[in-house]
Amino acid sequence: MTDAPAPSRHIPDRLNSRLARLLRSWEVLLLAVAVAIFVVNCFASPYFLNAWNLSDATFNFTEKAMIAFAMALLIIAGEIDLSVASIIALASTAMGLAVQYGAGTAELVGISLAVGLMCGAFNAVFVTVLGLPSIVVTIGTMSLFRGISYIILGDDAFRGYPASFAWFGQGYIVWVITVEMLFFVVFAVIYGVVLHRTNFGRAVYAIGNNPTSALFSGIRVQRVKFILFLLTGVMSGFAALCLTSRLGSTRPSIASGMELEVVTMVVLGGVNILGGSGSIPGVVIAAFVMGLVTFGLGLLNVPGIVMSVFIGLLLIGVIALPRLWAMLAKGSAI
Amino acid sequence: MSVFKKLIASAAVATAMFAGPALAQDNVRIALVVKALGIGFFEAAAEGAKEAAAELGNVEIIYTGPTDTTAEGQIEVINALIAQKVDAIAVSANDTDALVPALQRAMQRGITVISWDSGVAPEGRQLHLNPSSNPLIGNMIIKLAADHLPDGGDVAVLSATTTSTNQNIWIDEMTKVMGNYPGINLVSTVYGDDLADKSYREATGLMQSFPDLDAIIAPTSVGIVAAAQAVVDAGKVGEVNVTGLGLPSEMAGAIASGASQSFAIWNPIDLGYSATMLAYELSQNGAEATPGAEIPMGRLGSLTLNDNNEGAMADPFVYDASNIDQFKSIF
Repeated sequence: MTDAPAPSRHIPDRLNSRLARLLRSWEVLLLAVAVAIFVVNCFASPYFLNAWNLSDATFNFTEKAMIAFAMALLIIAGEIDLSVASIIALASTAMGLAVQYGAGTAELVGISLAVGLMCGAFNAVFVTVLGLPSIVVTIGTMSLFRGISYIILGDDAFRGYPASFAWFGQGYIVWVITVEMLFFVVFAVIYGVVLHRTNFGRAVYAIGNNPTSALFSGIRVQRVKFILFLLTGVMSGFAALCLTSRLGSTRPSIASGMELEVVTMVVLGGVNILGGSGSIPGVVIAAFVMGLVTFGLGLLNVPGIVMSVFIGLLLIGVIALPRLWAMLAKGSAI
Repeated sequence: MSVFKKLIASAAVATAMFAGPALAQDNVRIALVVKALGIGFFEAAAEGAKEAAAELGNVEIIYTGPTDTTAEGQIEVINALIAQKVDAIAVSANDTDALVPALQRAMQRGITVISWDSGVAPEGRQLHLNPSSNPLIGNMIIKLAADHLPDGGDVAVLSATTTSTNQNIWIDEMTKVMGNYPGINLVSTVYGDDLADKSYREATGLMQSFPDLDAIIAPTSVGIVAAAQAVVDAGKVGEVNVTGLGLPSEMAGAIASGASQSFAIWNPIDLGYSATMLAYELSQNGAEATPGAEIPMGRLGSLTLNDNNEGAMADPFVYDASNIDQFKSIF
């Protein structure tokens, strides 16, 4: 990519080839970053290149990525949900409460997904029926959902989850492949197909680019948005399931601050924060980039405060780079 | 691309500089995992850990923790420490239970795991180090008052609420050892509900009801500050000594004014020091964490474990005019 100098006075006889477009795409840039980080990590720490260590490292991003897939669709459609981490807290609290009354693993799965669905529906009603801005609504529900957890739990914690429940967050399929990793791949495929290969996916892009014209093209804009909020809620419920299973206990502070990491992952994945463009492969690669960076820095015992500085620099750097590149390629722009 | 690679490469160099000594393999590496970075109490504990490391010689301290006090953040940190095969992990936990699976995996891979300050459930650690114990605290609060009353005198207790578990236990332990301090009379126990204004009114009331009162013992950080203020406002500095449990940062004024001669609370430096010593003993010197065992911890003597493999480090540390300036900026 670097050794393809942009000709200054060249009028192309045809549009970019498929390959050139692919090479210039966000996903390839991000993949190159991921590979670079991987290589740097291999040299920086002797412990990095170890199957079990890398397997442990996947926990840094699998749960967040599950939500990020649904969030990507929502952001492409021009909306956002900042209450996802609070939905995790509420779903986890509901599961913990159910365990006190003897619920088994199957019931817990149902409760978690149901709470996620209800929270998503709650957000969706305010945004699509009452027409309120999603950022305002979900900042409100962010406090509301977690607030309910604090009222129920206070300074206490729920524990005593059934042994079979640990499968979701602590189980392995084969060798180092964790159950969460499997779910991560399955959801990546499902959301990739839905966004890139279905009419629903086309509708999501259309709404994000221009909701009014989408409406006049016969797309039921509010209904699509309603479904997207439900999906984000359900995925948060599922993430709550995995995280609670991994921790083995519930506190109201569970997953606090995760909503911003999810949004960071989506934006790093090339989704336009203003809606209209983005892809699931981009989000998948972004998940790996964030996981590799945090784990690599962790191996070097870099304090978490410095780590968040790196994540911030990474986000700004990766987003600013193509803009700078385009400006330099044009030459005259600056 | 090249710009970015340079960025990443310089980032890697920067991080390698942070962690330079971490790659030296012959040192014993003990990780001090705290609830969150940037808290004075834990920074002081890290100082103590480094003191212990200097004393032991071949020990490297990895002081780490998440940016906010979540269990998930601590698990990420612990996973990274397991991957590095550190020799020992000493953790002050954000969650009693959530860290257990991660710490069990650490122990399976031969890493010594202890908790200190804020404990982990017994199945997730080899031992837990408490900063002190209820009998030691109960004894300390009456001793602090008695030390300044060589001829005996009247003391009163200003507690938190009538249902505060900790305070009730400490007062109970205190009354058990009152016989060791002849001439000291407990004239009253009042409750300020851990509210500054109510504690202030109760302390003022005590001085009016008992004009000969010599000391107020407040085993609560809210009550002790309010009582000291009440003594100053009543013009009784030098007549009534306020003591008990408080935080150096909040009590510096009361020490300076003379309303309080001394008070006590845990010493975070000693806590980090002894956690490091214990981790070293278990990891390198073959000490076994079993009920009844006595494990040495350097200048602080030894830790005796109870049936839950928990032990109490020492008496609460006494703060007075001689050391308050050193600690008031810490916590």
